[in-house]
Formats: sequence, structure tokens, C-alpha cells
Amino acid sequence: MRAIEAENLKKRFGSVEALKGITFHVKRGEVFGYLGMNGAGKTTTVRILTGIVKPDSGCARVMGFDVSEDTLRAKEVIGVLPEVSNAYPDLTAWQNVMFTAELYGMSKREAEKRAEELLREFGIYDRRNSRVRGFSKGMKQRLMFCMALISDPEVIFLDEPTSGLDVLSARMIREKVLELAKSGKTIFLTSHNMNEVNLLCDRVAIINRGKIVVIDTPGNIRARVGGSVALEIRFDRAVELPAEFRSKKVGDKYVVYTTDVHEAFCSVADFARGAGVKVLEVNTRSPTLEDAFLSVLGVVN
Amino acid sequence: MYYTKGPVVIFGVLLPLFLFLAFCIGRNLSSEFLIAGLVSITVFFSSTSVSPAVAPWEGQMRTLERIISCPVDVKTIILGDVLASMAFGFIISIAPLLIGVGIKTFPTNVPVLLGGMAISAFCFSSLGSLISAYPSNLPSTIMMISSLVRFPLVFLSGIFIPVFKLPLWGKALAYASPLTYFTDIARYSYGLKPALPLHVDFAVLILYSILFFALAVKLHEKAILVRIF
Repeated sequence: MRAIEAENLKKRFGSVEALKGITFHVKRGEVFGYLGMNGAGKTTTVRILTGIVKPDSGCARVMGFDVSEDTLRAKEVIGVLPEVSNAYPDLTAWQNVMFTAELYGMSKREAEKRAEELLREFGIYDRRNSRVRGFSKGMKQRLMFCMALISDPEVIFLDEPTSGLDVLSARMIREKVLELAKSGKTIFLTSHNMNEVNLLCDRVAIINRGKIVVIDTPGNIRARVGGSVALEIRFDRAVELPAEFRSKKVGDKYVVYTTDVHEAFCSVADFARGAGVKVLEVNTRSPTLEDAFLSVLGVVN
Repeated sequence: MYYTKGPVVIFGVLLPLFLFLAFCIGRNLSSEFLIAGLVSITVFFSSTSVSPAVAPWEGQMRTLERIISCPVDVKTIILGDVLASMAFGFIISIAPLLIGVGIKTFPTNVPVLLGGMAISAFCFSSLGSLISAYPSNLPSTIMMISSLVRFPLVFLSGIFIPVFKLPLWGKALAYASPLTYFTDIARYSYGLKPALPLHVDFAVLILYSILFFALAVKLHEKAILVRIF
């Protein structure tokens, strides 16, 4: 069964065409990554799928419920973790979770049992009676996770779940995502953290300027970078690599993508001799998902 | 959570009190006329002080997006805001009744007064919610618009000058204001002669309540999308 179905979704805001016909499906129990630059259409897609915004045309279904026609039923089966904390700062952690439970129409007894379980699981039960105003970002994010999971949703939308978190909190959240996936929940993850997407997602969609440019597994997307090897070179000074090198500058290094390491290495050596620069370091590595992402979006030369 | 916010306390509690004191000090008016006027001002200001503040605050704190991602529709959200504002207005308005008791001025018809207060509080809360449909997340902007609407209504609704003493154009404006009808109910409840039959006052307040609430829901459905972006 498909957990999420998006069919030819279009959305326009004034003169801006935010979505130009998005189509994808997410299987039940899948962790689906949704990547794109800022303004690519990620948030609009998520807002349509969570029933906040209606598409101009096209159709979106979550667990079989049409998000435009059967909005409340669709919302009942989803949990949302937004990028920015939207817990009430003047309420305690406990009150925030209970309020969310009320919005889902849960009985008080059921809500209290689930709230206690979740707050314990996320390590904030001892602070349940503290106002959220005094919480650190990591604690707020863990609380938001509790609020997103209070109704035991089938589909969970996570927007940049570890953005700006300390290492421990980020790790905890990632482990929870994997646990949820293992228990059969469907996760729709938007993130800028390629390493995270690579670690967590079964499949990834990359959106650019309102269009899906690729949907595949992280491994297959990495393999699309015109070859399987990235040559990492450090020169003694900054240079301008010619366009025939499919390259990008990363810090003080240059990454050249190639299918033929020998040929690429010789060309770089020739270039260095010609330009009078010294090669200080050469490494080879597989392209990362980030390399693939930039390549797919045409950011690499 | 919202009842103790600064603008709510200032516009909902302090302002009607000072406005009323400014009006009555040094004037030779009956205690019934004064208490009925004070009840009207208090119900109006306190009921319209919470609902206009909720929407911009929720937008600013981004809690609005949380609420609308849950399985509740806009009508329910607005009804919640209006009922919260109505409860605040009703409870605060008990204070002038107690002041009346303190100066031995008792209502002659308590059920009518309390019924009128409840319907008016709902009506004025809906008006406040309607005002807050202006798509801004700045509470100060909404409060300013709210004040622009509220102050003229107070002066046009027969609280300070009875409607029958107003010129024709004044009467026309007064009868367009929902506050006029509650002021009339309050006067009746304190044994004074009302300007209109009681059932007309209640019917108009109910109609205004339906109109304001329906408009508020319609406009908020559009404004919410602007607020979350």
C-alpha cells in the first residue's frame, strides 16, 4: 500500500509557480528523503501533503485519504515535526503534549499514558512541568517530536529534524527515526543534511524549481554523478580549473569527478605544470550524496 | 495564557474603567444609568480584547501552523478563540455588577442581564475575531485597527448619551452598532426605560453574532495562509 501519493501537484503563489506538476509515491514503512535548495518547493509540497495548503491542481493522498477532499481524515493519520519549534512557550512540556492530544481528539486517559511514555522515551519527563520558554533547542526539538507522535500517526513529516542540534540530540533523533521506520511508520524527511539523508532514507527525491528531477535510492543517485570516483586535490594556491574538469571547490580543495582516475590525474598534473602550481595532496573517494545533489541540480561545472 | 498579556489587560480591563470614570465623574447621573453603562463598556471592551490578539500571536509564535496541521478545521479554531474571549469578557463583567451591589444598585432582572451579557460577549468576541482577520502577525497592528473600530462604537451606542437624545443621523449610526442593543438590555435590567422591545435587542445581537462569526471564519480561512508564510 502507498502511504503518500502525489499526482501532478501544481501550486502558484501570485506570479511564482512554486510547484510545476509534482508526482511521486511513498511506500508504507519507507523513509523518504525530500531534498532541494531553498525555494525549490519543498515546504509547499509538505504543506499540501499535510493539508495546510490546497493545490491549484493535481491530487495528494495520505494513507488513501485525499488531503483536499478528506482533509481532517488525512490529518488524523499524520504527525508533523516542523523545522522551527512551535510549542507554546508559556505552557509546560506536559501541557503542550496534552493540548496536541486534545486537538487529535484523544481521550484524557489515553493521552496521559502516551504523553508519559513519549516524554520518558525522549528524556524530558523530569522537565515535564517546566515552561518551554526555558528549554534548550535540543529539548524543544525532543518535545516537538513527542507532540508529533502523540497520536501514534502512520505517516510522520519531519522538516530538518536535526538542524542546529547538539551532537547528542541529533543522534537521538536519528535513532528514533530509524526505530519508527522499523516499527512500520512512514517517514517523509526534508533535510539539507546529506549525510543524514544518506544514513536514514530508503529513497530520495530531489526537487528543483518546482519540479522533481530525480527519485531513486541514495546509492543510485550517488552513482549518477557521471562516474564513480571523485579526485580531491589541494594546490599550493587558489587556481581556476578549466571547464573541461567537472569540478567544484570545497574549502581549500578541488573535487574533480571522473570515470577514469588515471586520465583525470594526468590532466590535473598537466594543468598544474602549465599553471605553475604545486600539487600538495591528492585523494580519491566515492562521490557523496551531496556531490550527487549538486550534480543533479547542475551546480557542478 | 492570553488573559494576562499586556494588551489584553490594558484594553480589556483598565481602559473601560478609566473611560467610564472620565465620563461619570462630576456628572449628576443616576446610579442605575451609570452601572448599566459601566457593564456595557466592560462587556464590550473585555470581550473584544482577547480574540483580536490571539490570531497575530499564534502567527508570530508559529503555533498557528501546529494547530492547522492537526485535525481541526478553521471554524473550530475560530470558535475556540471566540469562546475564550467571550469567557474573559463575561467574567470581567461581573466586576461592575459587584460595584453596583457595593453602591446598593441591584439589577431588577438578573436572568435578562446575564443572558444579554452572554450573547453580547459572544457577539463582541466574534467582532474582535473578525477584526483580527487582517493578515498581520503584529499584535500592535491588530490592536490599533481594533481600537479604531471600538472607540467610535462606544460613543455611538447610547452609553454616554441615550439614543433617543441623539439627532436622526446619530440614531441611524447607533442602531447600526451591536453595542446599542446590549446597552438597551443593560438599561432595562436596571429598571430604566429601554429604547427598543427586549426581543428586538436579543434578535439583533443574535443576528450580528452569526454575521460576525461567519465572516470571521471566511476571512480567517484566507488570512491563515498569509500568516503562516
